[in-house]
Amino acid sequence: MFYLLSGTILTFSVLTITSRRMLRAAVYLLFVLVATSGLYFLLNYQFLAAIQLTLYAGGIVVLIIFSILLTGHISEKFKNPAPWKLWMGASVFIVGSAVALWALLSNELVRDTGVEEVQIDMHLIGNQLMGTGKNGFVLPFEIISILLLASMVAAIVIAKKENN
Amino acid sequence: MIDFSYTILIPLIPFVVFLITGLLGMKWKPLVSGIIGTIGMGISFVLSLFAAYQYFFVTVADGYHAIIPVNMLWLSFTDTLQIYMGILLDPISVMMLVVVTTVSFMVHIYSLGYMKGEKGFQRFYAFLSLFTFSMLGVVVSTNIFQMYIFWELVGVCSFLLIGFYYDKPSAVAAAKKAFIVTRFADLGFLVGILLLSYFTGTFDFDKLTQPGTSLFAGIAGVSFLGLSGISWAMVLIFMGAAGKSAMFPLHIWLPDAMEGPTPVSALIHAATMVVAGVFLVARLFPIYHFQTPGVLVFIGYVGGFTSLFAAVIAITQNDIKRVLAYSTLSQIGYMMVALGVSGYGGEQGLGFMASMFHLFTHAMFKALLFLGAGSIIHSVHSNLMKDMGGLRKYMPVTHFTFLIASLAISGIPPFSGFFSKDEILAAAFQSNKFLFYVEYITAGITSFYIFRLYFNIFWGKDTKYKHIPHEAPLNMAIPLIVLALGAAFSGFIPFHNLVTSNMKPFAIETNFLIALPSVAIGLLGIAVAWVLYKKENDLSGKIVKRMGVLYTATFHKFYIDEIYLFVTKTIIFNYIARPIAWFDHNVVDAFMIGIGTMSMKFSYKIKRLQSGELQQYAFVFVAGALVLGLSLLYFFGSH
Amino acid sequence: MIQGISIHHFLIVSTLMFFIGITGFIIRQNLITILLSVELILNSVVINFLVFNRYLYPDQLQGHFFSLFIIGVAAAEASVAIALIINIYRRIHNIEADNVDRMKF
Repeated sequence: MFYLLSGTILTFSVLTITSRRMLRAAVYLLFVLVATSGLYFLLNYQFLAAIQLTLYAGGIVVLIIFSILLTGHISEKFKNPAPWKLWMGASVFIVGSAVALWALLSNELVRDTGVEEVQIDMHLIGNQLMGTGKNGFVLPFEIISILLLASMVAAIVIAKKENN
Repeated sequence: MIDFSYTILIPLIPFVVFLITGLLGMKWKPLVSGIIGTIGMGISFVLSLFAAYQYFFVTVADGYHAIIPVNMLWLSFTDTLQIYMGILLDPISVMMLVVVTTVSFMVHIYSLGYMKGEKGFQRFYAFLSLFTFSMLGVVVSTNIFQMYIFWELVGVCSFLLIGFYYDKPSAVAAAKKAFIVTRFADLGFLVGILLLSYFTGTFDFDKLTQPGTSLFAGIAGVSFLGLSGISWAMVLIFMGAAGKSAMFPLHIWLPDAMEGPTPVSALIHAATMVVAGVFLVARLFPIYHFQTPGVLVFIGYVGGFTSLFAAVIAITQNDIKRVLAYSTLSQIGYMMVALGVSGYGGEQGLGFMASMFHLFTHAMFKALLFLGAGSIIHSVHSNLMKDMGGLRKYMPVTHFTFLIASLAISGIPPFSGFFSKDEILAAAFQSNKFLFYVEYITAGITSFYIFRLYFNIFWGKDTKYKHIPHEAPLNMAIPLIVLALGAAFSGFIPFHNLVTSNMKPFAIETNFLIALPSVAIGLLGIAVAWVLYKKENDLSGKIVKRMGVLYTATFHKFYIDEIYLFVTKTIIFNYIARPIAWFDHNVVDAFMIGIGTMSMKFSYKIKRLQSGELQQYAFVFVAGALVLGLSLLYFFGSH
Repeated sequence: MIQGISIHHFLIVSTLMFFIGITGFIIRQNLITILLSVELILNSVVINFLVFNRYLYPDQLQGHFFSLFIIGVAAAEASVAIALIINIYRRIHNIEADNVDRMKF
């Protein structure tokens, strides 16, 4: 299952950035996101997987598709990128992956031994998210909510037609 | 023992009135503020009279004692540095309470008429109350720090009141001048206070003025530039006193302070600001006398010089308020002289007693003079003597009261000024002949200039007036009459039984050898003024011509203002400020501007890097991150 | 913890995904595609967080919550970015990154 999912992820990632039709790229991204949520299921993070599906796949991708429809023609094809850009991208990809993978594989990642795996249920998530104690996340939670509000306002202000 | 704690109401009532009229005044008719202020002041006045009666006549038993009915801890910094706020009653503070509340009350009543219809009537009353409050605070302070607080409040209030007509540039300038000059002097005062209390460890007047105290052992041992620490402290404190009392050379603000409304001038001159300096010296008199007799002599000479100097200037001034201003300077000089020549205790303390006596009588007749002048200005609409003449027919009450005040200030018996001035002269005669002669001559000049004023205003030719001058309305006339009674009869108060340097009564006898010549020179001054100004003639013009340069110099107040301007503008600006400005501009600024231009030029060279190509940026960013990651791995990796 | 799959498997996937995103960011002209690349990058990071959480510190939930927050931030970022893109499109009728260089020096 893991190999299937990761194969999907990688394939569609590559397709996303190489597709020359914008709408297709967006749909490929949708596949990537769905496959990623599958990975979360594998890791036993059901809540997060659900969030990923609804928010990312359902929300963001739809938003992006809307904006594609607003700003261009579906049939429009991209020009091929300039060669120097291709070189730049390829070199970054090769060098970067090489460095990161080398760093990754040359280090042994050791698990904390002798600890109980935590059982995630909604009560726990809710308590920790709103908690103020040791494992509490109420402060980042509040900050995120302010950020969301701010970006909402900003999006409206930026995108609305200027009346001049 | 009588409970004096009610005396705290005397300063508090004006303060409360200030808050009420200041905050709510705009909501009412202007007159309401005036009436509230006057009633509040009246209550304070009655309370002070009552307190004085109780203090002087009920508790008598072998002299008076300082009583502290209220003293509360205000600030507690450390165990040793604690600041109290309280009420100190001793003969001089009780006397000052009476003086301040009397004059202030009269000014309040008077202003109801004088300021009627002025813009900012409520503001005026609020400031008057605050001014009175701060002056009362100075008077009753139990410690020198509390005094300093109120002292500064007095300065602020004088600023506010002198600059009352804030849309008039000259008034604003005068207010600033008064504030800056006194502030400058207060700097000395503050340093003096700090010196004194640092070495003695206390602020309390009670402890500081104890004769024979050993508190000063520490400070007397320190010396700086040839003077002992205590002398420095006392000289600096006197500097503060000189600023408020307008002693030479810090007197320049006082004549300009005439820009304020006339009742304010009366208040500043007679009862509050200028006598604060005298009061301060009197308050600290035991220290001056026992620790630093040299400084006391210095104070005497400053006072003597100021009194002569100001009297001479007063002869030539044409603005009646200015004449009175210089006359105030001169009279304050008298008080300082008296303190300067005084000893401590019994007959030795004659000068101290005379100084306080003169302060009292001067408050009466000088307030009267100013209020009289105010009522004249009110009806003639001019400050200048040449616009007046023959007013005695139009303004009988003002004329009569003004005459009484003039006789009082000239020292003609039986009016009050005679008694106090005579005792000052007697005290000077006992201990310092030079100062005696100075003051003796000044007495003559005083009666000359004041009667020059009197004859010019009330006699002389009948000027053609645009409006017929009218007598002051009743609410202005009443204070004049009350103060005239004070000016006429306050000389009979037995001060030598009440207010003395060591709070014990002593006996005095009139020394006719001094009294008669002093009356004579007063009369002589009047006679000269009579000859020169009674009838229209050109005698005075001729004399002016004969005097030439001397007259011009005097007319320009001996160019003291110009000297100040020269010192500040030419010397300080040109030789100190200019080079510093040059340095700042050409070295400090140039360096900074140089850095700015350098980086700007450099950035022009490299701005091509900012291509605006988003992807290029991303590439550089990632490449940088990779390099950073690699180097981290290389240096800190486990291999 | 999945039997037979080590932490490195996951990490390799996320690394590759990350650099694919970066490459897309660099080679694509269209602003929306760039946005898609950014989403890829963010997702790979989320995977990293979760894997570390699950494999190394299974008794805690920090990674889980940070993933949650990253998704929130991604939503915020997407909304603002799309608003900007629409605004740019209105002005220059074009959303090519090369044409948006008014702010250079």
